[in-house]
Amino acid sequence: MSKILMKGNEAIGEGAVRAGCRYFFGYPITPQSELTHFLAKRLPEVGGLYMQAESEVASINMVYGASCAGARVMTSSSGPGISLMQEGLSYLAGAELPSVVVNLMRGGPGLGNIAPSQADYFQATKGGGHGDYHLIVLAPNSVQELLDMTQTAFDLADKYRNPVMIMADGVMGQMMEPVELADQLEIKQVAKPWATTGTDYHEGRNLINSCYVIPEQMEDLNNRLEKKYADITRNEQQCEGYLLEDAEIVLVAFGMASRICRAVVEKARAGGIPAGLIRPITLWPFPMEFVSKVADKAKIFLAVELNMGQMMEDVKLAASGRAPVYHYGRLGGMIPDVREVLREVEKLYRGGVGQ
Amino acid sequence: MLEAIYLAGHGGQGTLSTGQLLALAAVKEGKCVSYVPHYGVEKRGGVSNCGVTVSDRQVSSPFVTEPTVLVAMNSLSLERYENAVVPGGLIITNSSLVEAKVSRTDVKAVPIRANDEAEALGDPLVANNIILGAVLELTGVVSIKTVEESLKEVLPPRHHHKIPVNLKALERGAQLAREYINPTGE
Amino acid sequence: MKKGSRPASLKDVPFHYCPGCTHGIAHRLVTEVIDELDIRGKTIGIAPVGCSVFTMDYFDFDMIQGSHGRGPAVATGLKRALPDRVVFTYQGDGDLAAIGTGEFVHAAVRGEKITCIFINNAVYGMTGGQMAPTTLVGQMTKTTPFGRDKDINGFPIKVCEMLAPLEGSAYLARVAVHNPKSIIKAKKAIRRAFEVQMQGLGFSLIEILSTCPTNWGLSPVKAVQWLEENMVPYFPLGEYKTPAGVI
Repeated sequence: MSKILMKGNEAIGEGAVRAGCRYFFGYPITPQSELTHFLAKRLPEVGGLYMQAESEVASINMVYGASCAGARVMTSSSGPGISLMQEGLSYLAGAELPSVVVNLMRGGPGLGNIAPSQADYFQATKGGGHGDYHLIVLAPNSVQELLDMTQTAFDLADKYRNPVMIMADGVMGQMMEPVELADQLEIKQVAKPWATTGTDYHEGRNLINSCYVIPEQMEDLNNRLEKKYADITRNEQQCEGYLLEDAEIVLVAFGMASRICRAVVEKARAGGIPAGLIRPITLWPFPMEFVSKVADKAKIFLAVELNMGQMMEDVKLAASGRAPVYHYGRLGGMIPDVREVLREVEKLYRGGVGQ
Repeated sequence: MLEAIYLAGHGGQGTLSTGQLLALAAVKEGKCVSYVPHYGVEKRGGVSNCGVTVSDRQVSSPFVTEPTVLVAMNSLSLERYENAVVPGGLIITNSSLVEAKVSRTDVKAVPIRANDEAEALGDPLVANNIILGAVLELTGVVSIKTVEESLKEVLPPRHHHKIPVNLKALERGAQLAREYINPTGE
Repeated sequence: MKKGSRPASLKDVPFHYCPGCTHGIAHRLVTEVIDELDIRGKTIGIAPVGCSVFTMDYFDFDMIQGSHGRGPAVATGLKRALPDRVVFTYQGDGDLAAIGTGEFVHAAVRGEKITCIFINNAVYGMTGGQMAPTTLVGQMTKTTPFGRDKDINGFPIKVCEMLAPLEGSAYLARVAVHNPKSIIKAKKAIRRAFEVQMQGLGFSLIEILSTCPTNWGLSPVKAVQWLEENMVPYFPLGEYKTPAGVI
């Protein structure tokens, strides 16, 4: 193991390469361009292909095609581009095609800006595309996790034959932190007997499809997906707790916001407020069980997000009325300052549970 | 140990590369470090800022919003970020370009004529490393030796002949800081 | 293959297509060519959205159903991952020449070694007879009840002519399947397109002028006549590009 200083965008790219991803199809958009610059150089080194598509619509469908071939394949984009990919994501989910999509979120709606944001939570976790489906959504919060979770994403995608989204923000792509790179590459390639590689290359005839004209048949697919989503929900919830043992006020934050909140919790505790932090790592499945257990003891939840209060709704569902759930957010690409979140914590604590 | 260092200047002053160099040296010394460009205390067009947080333990927020060290490479940077520095913190100004004095009395203020000193060393591009030398001297965040090793990694081989002048700059910065803090040499 | 027998690449199931629709002929020609080239086991087809989405049930080799118009992008991803396979899309005029305009043009730009079988019947079939990008000026459809108005809808798109100048396109031909002579020529062109792909020469597309008696509101016989009299003059038949150069 050696520790090296790495930029977030490079960590995602290196994570993909180390996961055995050899195909990347994408369209330029800030703030994820550095990831594509990295892969455009890195993939040919390992015999892979980096291809710039004519649009995000084309990118996601190229991902669809390469996934049909059984390849590990990835695309990345940001807000507007991810919106264009929603139809493709629905098809990938419907056809049960493993694939990895990176969303380095930026300020929106509309063209918005290129500053960091977490405003695509609903889009990623509640659908985005049409029909009943789920993406598995991962929210790393460090450069090391960008590397590790990109590898995990490919494994999860193959395990469940489902698209996986990695949600981060532009600043995480730019951020540099030390990462440990395993010296040995361990690629968990799985057999894909379902892939459409030609009938000479597998048993029988393979068909990759999400079109079921007969409602009974469509329902069969929906039922199968529902069962799969239940399995994922049961098996894959990931969450991190910090100083929760005696916490009365519990912050809930993912990605970059969770890093800020960790500092807030430390400062709050230094000031005598028993604060703790829940950091959902999987946004879908949301760590309902973990948050629910904490809700048995916590007096107040404060969801801190770079949006108007999207994950907060899931925190409310998990808390089921056992503790009030408040929200603090900055919008438009602004990043909350540790001090301002701390003030919010103090206000809620003194005004509520601390009496 | 926790140092939250904010390097602020304008494009071309080498603030980002200095930040990365410092971050790399911190990694080499086995410290926890986060480097975040542009964001932090404030962000506006034209500025070239970065925050480097170096700690013995896991870095919580990588955003340097309450710097323990501010490096102000130009006047605007001092004007904007002086008040963000924590009480007892350090402000190093590039006094070749920053005429104003640090007005706060609860911080340590050290002016370094980085551009002039760089000229004197024969390479105007090493001004940033003169400042970095002062940061290292006054904080002990990493050693000059580790920065030297890091330079070898950061600079492409065709620029390795520049390492000696950069090293001189670091040492000169450290010396100037020492002399400023302790003018009598006692 | 014995004359009149079913190609092995074509499943022995009844078509759902309307009487007089020429999708069946196009299916048969494509599968005959695949049999003759002996590439069934390494061919993967991509079905469109439209009437011919059911090619996935008719073609007896690996098939993918993709989203509307994106066949050439799906084919790109597949072929890039499996460069030694034969990959083709089967697309209607709405799928390819309206919603999928970006995808087929850029597949040609990149010189993707894929083949597009493009069915041009000047109307949307499955959605019930609306205007297609290839609907002729004056042609009545459900959404041009007074005939296609050039001031509102512009002019029919000529796909082969449009692709010919692109350096990545290697073989482009427009054929028809409304009489035996045309069918023989059509099959030759389809075979050529697959051969061009297998030789790695670049992008190939065969535009097949087809009938849609149901949505044209004509009998099968009248539909053939209408195609001959109206479509062929506007969409001239022939090879538009061969690997030797633009014709």
